[in-house]
This record gives sequence, C-alpha cells and structure tokens, in this order.
Amino acid sequence: MSDDSGRRRPQGGFYPRDLTWHPPAFTPGYKTSVLRAPQKALVALDSTLSETTGPAFGHDALGPLDDDLVHNFARSGESAIGERIVVHGRLVDENGRGVAGALIEVWQANAGGRYRHRKDGYLAPLDGNFGGCGRTITGPDGRYAFRTIRPGPYPWPNGPNDWRPSHIHFSVFGDGFAQRLITQMYFEGDPLIPRCPIVRTIADPAAVAQLVAALDMAETLPMDALAYKFDIVLRGRRSTPFENRREGN
Amino acid sequence: MVQPLDRLRETPSQTAGPYVHIGLTPNLCGIAGVYPRDLGASLVNEDTRGARIAIAGRVLDGTGTPLKDALLELWQADANGLYPAPGEPRGRADPHFAGWGRAAVDAQSGEYRFETIKPGRVPFPDGRPMAPHVTVWIVARGINLGLSTRMYFADEEAANAEDPVLARIEHRHRVATLIAPRDGDTYRFDIHLQGERETVFFDI
Ligand SMILES: [Fe+3]
Repeated sequence: MSDDSGRRRPQGGFYPRDLTWHPPAFTPGYKTSVLRAPQKALVALDSTLSETTGPAFGHDALGPLDDDLVHNFARSGESAIGERIVVHGRLVDENGRGVAGALIEVWQANAGGRYRHRKDGYLAPLDGNFGGCGRTITGPDGRYAFRTIRPGPYPWPNGPNDWRPSHIHFSVFGDGFAQRLITQMYFEGDPLIPRCPIVRTIADPAAVAQLVAALDMAETLPMDALAYKFDIVLRGRRSTPFENRREGN
Repeated sequence: MVQPLDRLRETPSQTAGPYVHIGLTPNLCGIAGVYPRDLGASLVNEDTRGARIAIAGRVLDGTGTPLKDALLELWQADANGLYPAPGEPRGRADPHFAGWGRAAVDAQSGEYRFETIKPGRVPFPDGRPMAPHVTVWIVARGINLGLSTRMYFADEEAANAEDPVLARIEHRHRVATLIAPRDGDTYRFDIHLQGERETVFFDI
C-alpha cells in the first residue's frame, strides 16, 4: 500500500480531535483571540476523501540549505549570530507510526528576538545573516532535523509586560489535510514558558509539556551546536476501514 | 486491570502568530533568495484541464474588520473529482493540477485570491456524490487552532441541495455562509469569524 513516492496509502478515517487538549478559540488572556474566535460550535464531519487526502511534497522541491537557517540567508562564508543548535525529532501519528515524506516548515526570530518582518518594530537589531525560515521533509521513519540558532525571547503588546519565551514556529503536513497543524516549540528550562499568555491558552500542563523540546546532549555536534529533541504527533487513522475493504487490502 | 491503549496524544496547536509569512510565504514578505518561489503560489498551469475560476474574499473579525494578517490554504479535487494525492484510491488526477494552494491576504486590503479550476464531484464515504467544493483552512494571529471550512458554488443549486455534508448543518440558515456567489469567473467567499453571519467551521 505505497505509491512511487514511498508514502503509505491512507487507510481509514481520522480519530476525532480531542479539542480539550488544544487551546479553545476564545482565550481572553490572549487578547487578539477575543474578536477572532468563532462563537458557534464546530460542526462535526466524518472524514471524507476531502479530509483524508492531502498534498504531497517531493524532496526535489527543496534546496540544499533549506534545513540550515544558520546559513540559508547568510552571505557566503558567514553565518547567523547566536547559540548554534540542531533541532531534531520524529513526526509520528497517534499510533506511534512514523509519518514519512511530510513537509515541515519553521520560522523564528533571530538571537535578539527580532523577526525579519515589516510588522516587527522591536528595538533589537536585525541580523544581516539571518532570514528566519527553513523547511525539511521527513525521512522514511518520520525523522527530521534542521540547524538553526536559538531564537531570543521578545516583548509583545498584549498585557502591560508580556514576553514570549524562546520559540520556533512549526507548520506540519501529514498525509491527510485534516492533520494540518501549526504549533510552536519551546525550550526546556525557559522560565518564560509558564508566564506566556499564548502558552497559557492550553489548559492541560501535560499538553504544554508536549511543546517543550528537551536538551539532547547525545545529539549535539561537538564543538559546533547543542541539540534539542522535538517529537511531533499528528492525528492517527483508524486501521480498519471496513466500509471500503477490498480484496488484497 | 486492562491492557493500555498505548495511544499518543496529538501535539497541541499554537497560533500561527503575526509573522507566519516568514515561514510560509517568505518571498512575499521580502525574504528573497532562500526559496526560489513560495509554495502553493499557483494551483494551475496552462495545461490544466477544467473551467478556470478565481476564488476571492476576505476574513472578517467580530467587528466586521478584514484581517490583514490571515493566511489561507485551499485543497480541492481536479475537474474530474480526483485528488492529486498519494491517498487518492480512485485513479490518477490531472498531473497539471496541484490541488493545493496557499495565499496570504493582502496586507492593505485584506483580500485573498486563488486562481484555480472548478472541482468535480467527490463521493461521500457511502458513495453519494458530494457537491463540488473546496476545503479551506485559515490561520492567523489570534486563531488558536486552524479553522477548517468548505466553500460551495452558488451555481450548483441542485448538487448543493443533495450534499450530505451541507445536510449535516442543523441550523439551515447557516448553510448560506458556505455558498459563494458567482461574479463572472470569480466566486466570492468572505469568511466571518464571528457575528450574525459567522461562517460554519467544521471539526473534521
Ligand atoms: Fe513568534
């Protein structure tokens, strides 16, 4: 059950999403959500082909430095300023199966906490060698890795003195569009994590813990970069699609 | 005691935030030279089969103000109702059709626009044909979990009337929030996050 790109053919529909594990739409501690939160209940919909299928991205779509934020915007022979790190992990589904061939896109602030974006007016300087975007495609077992610098924390206008912990934004595709997910990765030991109004949109501390990458000394690059491990879990699929079982399935 | 189910929990969502463009449309936001082009910038090429259409609109907050920082993704079948995806079990879709597109709303006007083709009909799991539709996914600052909806076509009245997904919507007056009126070759799909005309969002 795999095609020429080596990806598993999707099987049954998705397990329902546990909406209590995710942040609710309306979270007044994060003020922007107040006018952007739908107020009516979501309409539940069983997975159809429109949700169980999704776009595929080949490895040929990527350039050689796409997974290296230290160098992909830097002038030749130079590199971004900051603590050099490797972020690695596995993309799996709720059944623990690796999700292969999936596109992961990341974006982040520079080491001073400043984004390369016209809307970011923070007084920390831009780094001429840091763009802030990267992407990679998971391997056959769902593994991925990229190289970057640790982003700095930054203040933002929400409450009178709110700061974002160091974080990397992640956008993840599975093999069905219903698995589409955007989230943020935080760093083990950061004292700003429990103070952050965006982190606090998540009610369950165990769910927050799932967003905190562990320092991983075993995977450090000696004399080069520290490593953090961040595993990502996408929705799983029912393994018994009785309604469309065919010979040989 | 019973056996444990050994199931993992889905990674919780966090907002895409105001700087989502850096990651998903870097060329559009002035970060040139990292990727040759932004992914999802076009769904079609000159060889794509089907009726050319555009889908355009805005995403409006609870005061009726268009968001200037939203990003949308669209996923749809080709003109024959086949998805260009490894998981499409019914046959091979048009190789000149991407099926997936990504667009940020304009930073001044709040307008988004996709150039695409009109999709064919896709079967519901029980075999009944669904009406032609596109799946739309919306993220932005202040949206904690990406919102999923569907756009249907106003000139498909008969198909819409028998669509099994639209039939699931209990409050019948809300069905209209998913049906895009046609103006020439453009279908207009405004997405209301709140209020009287709040768009139906799905838990898919
Ligand atoms: Fe951020």
